[in-house]
Amino acid sequence: MTVFIIRRLLASIVLLFFISLISFFIITLTPGSPYPWGELNPKVSEDVKRIFREKFHLDKPLHKQYGFIMRDLLTGELRSIKDERPVLAKIAERLPATLALNLGALALSLSFGLLLGVYGARYAGRSPDVITSILAFVFIALPGFWVSYLLAIGLVNYGAVPILGTHTIGVTFSNGLEVFLDRWWHVMLPASILAIGGVAVQSRFIRASMIETLREDYIRTARAKGLDENAVFYRHALRNSIRPLITGIGMLLPALIGGAVIIENIFAYPGMGRLGYEAVLERDYPTLVALNFVTAALVLLGNLLADVLYAVVDPRVRLE
Amino acid sequence: MITTTPEPLEAAAASPTARSLRRFRANKTGLLALGMVCVLAVIAVTFFVLDTLGIPWPMDPDTTNLERKLLPPNPVNWLGTDNLGRDVFSRLLNGAYISLTVGFVAVSVSLSIGVTVGAVAGYFGKWVDNLIMRIVDAVMCFPTFFLILTAVALVGPSIFNIIIVIGLVSWTGTARLVRAEFLTLRESAYVQAARALGQRGPKIIFRHMLPNAAAPILVTAVLGVPEAILAEAGLSFLGFGVQPPQATWGNIIADGKTYILDAWWLILFPGLAILIAALSFYLTGDALRQAVETRSERQ
Repeated sequence: MTVFIIRRLLASIVLLFFISLISFFIITLTPGSPYPWGELNPKVSEDVKRIFREKFHLDKPLHKQYGFIMRDLLTGELRSIKDERPVLAKIAERLPATLALNLGALALSLSFGLLLGVYGARYAGRSPDVITSILAFVFIALPGFWVSYLLAIGLVNYGAVPILGTHTIGVTFSNGLEVFLDRWWHVMLPASILAIGGVAVQSRFIRASMIETLREDYIRTARAKGLDENAVFYRHALRNSIRPLITGIGMLLPALIGGAVIIENIFAYPGMGRLGYEAVLERDYPTLVALNFVTAALVLLGNLLADVLYAVVDPRVRLE
Repeated sequence: MITTTPEPLEAAAASPTARSLRRFRANKTGLLALGMVCVLAVIAVTFFVLDTLGIPWPMDPDTTNLERKLLPPNPVNWLGTDNLGRDVFSRLLNGAYISLTVGFVAVSVSLSIGVTVGAVAGYFGKWVDNLIMRIVDAVMCFPTFFLILTAVALVGPSIFNIIIVIGLVSWTGTARLVRAEFLTLRESAYVQAARALGQRGPKIIFRHMLPNAAAPILVTAVLGVPEAILAEAGLSFLGFGVQPPQATWGNIIADGKTYILDAWWLILFPGLAILIAALSFYLTGDALRQAVETRSERQ
């Protein structure tokens, strides 16, 4: 078990290195000016450009630039081009909101995906399965921003669900519980919309895995000893769907965090996705490097946790 | 979704391709979806040609008419008009080719990269495989849409750039799949025989192994198209898609969101178009997957 975890940790460090390389190269190898002003702006003198280049190490060869950026990033010295605040601090203040949104969406995806997938597998090949399958594909094909606007119209006109920000503005709550509930009340809608695709992907995954499990020998044994189908299904087979449930964590995270860029914009939700969109608009490339790196590292962490969890839950994994 | 039709007895003698075709034809959802894909393709080509020839039908998608702005669906403008009085129906038809072009070409790009990378990793194995798969793992950690947005914003939004970026970002799934196929194929008797006869790596890969991995590659290709369509729509919505005045499904919604409470038709119809297009490709891909999957014969 310990060996397994250490091996995974070492592999993650190698991956982290590749991730840092990729996030650096996307920014530097793409054509276009890294300056917050236009390259040909006549009002910006050569001196200003030179100072700027030196400040952000843009006058150095690529491998040195990489070294500087990574050193600055890891020591927290990397600063945004736009407002010169440390990038890590900018990301850190968005982290709680991002975690609430993405973990909320992840929890919704996993739980509803499980329900839908198990239901489909229970009636495999029959009409309930056909209907849930088509429903899953509709969910995957739904553009999140479109659903957001349709729901927003409906909720503004007929409902009392908040569609902006993270908390009710202008209200002071008497205790921590109310503040907490108010925050979750605000996360609910964006998280649900973000989760739509995840529910669908997860349900297909669970369904396939359940159908696979139902072909196993021990299921045949359970049936042979005269258990009724519900007991076989819900007690013996369902237990195995915890594996795709854990794998789903690593699989869904990149899509969720990516999709959050759009959803956070629509709902004025101050998470990392919105920070990313603002950085994109401002061509703030230290922030972009850092954001790409940090989000990928978060996904890596999610994968690592999933792997460890996997080994804890399933003894077969540890033997590999 | 699941073909429950029992295999006819004589089918066992037919070739695998013939059996797959037969299974696909038995899948009504799949056929319907494939039909829809064809309809979309015809619409895209027709209106691209009409637009290039300058024939305004049913109306010119870019002609503004401020006297007729924000009209709800009516006999003249079937799906209403936008804030500049442009006909939404014409703009929708005209945006079809953007979505489909991005879908098909981006998938071709990602397929070429994914197949090459996966084939090299799977065929050569050892440290080559190890290195390549670590890079694939690293790319897979990135939040796809954010990566696409970053790259498109830096290179500048144009249909060419969008296609290249989506292609460059979404090849990892294909690479993994091809690698896995190749790891098994590598050990098969005919590949061993080809190697024993002294054939060289590239020839074995492209002549002998790739055709045998064609079916799952085709499935991922079809399932990749809607991903690209949705990514393009998202980019368009954020203002980093194909630039105005060219109509795309995403930017009609983006322009219409300002008038969201007065002009629902600006949001509803383009979104439905995206949904229908993406859904058709997903269902076609799923039907294909079931048709070529040898395992489903056991079900």
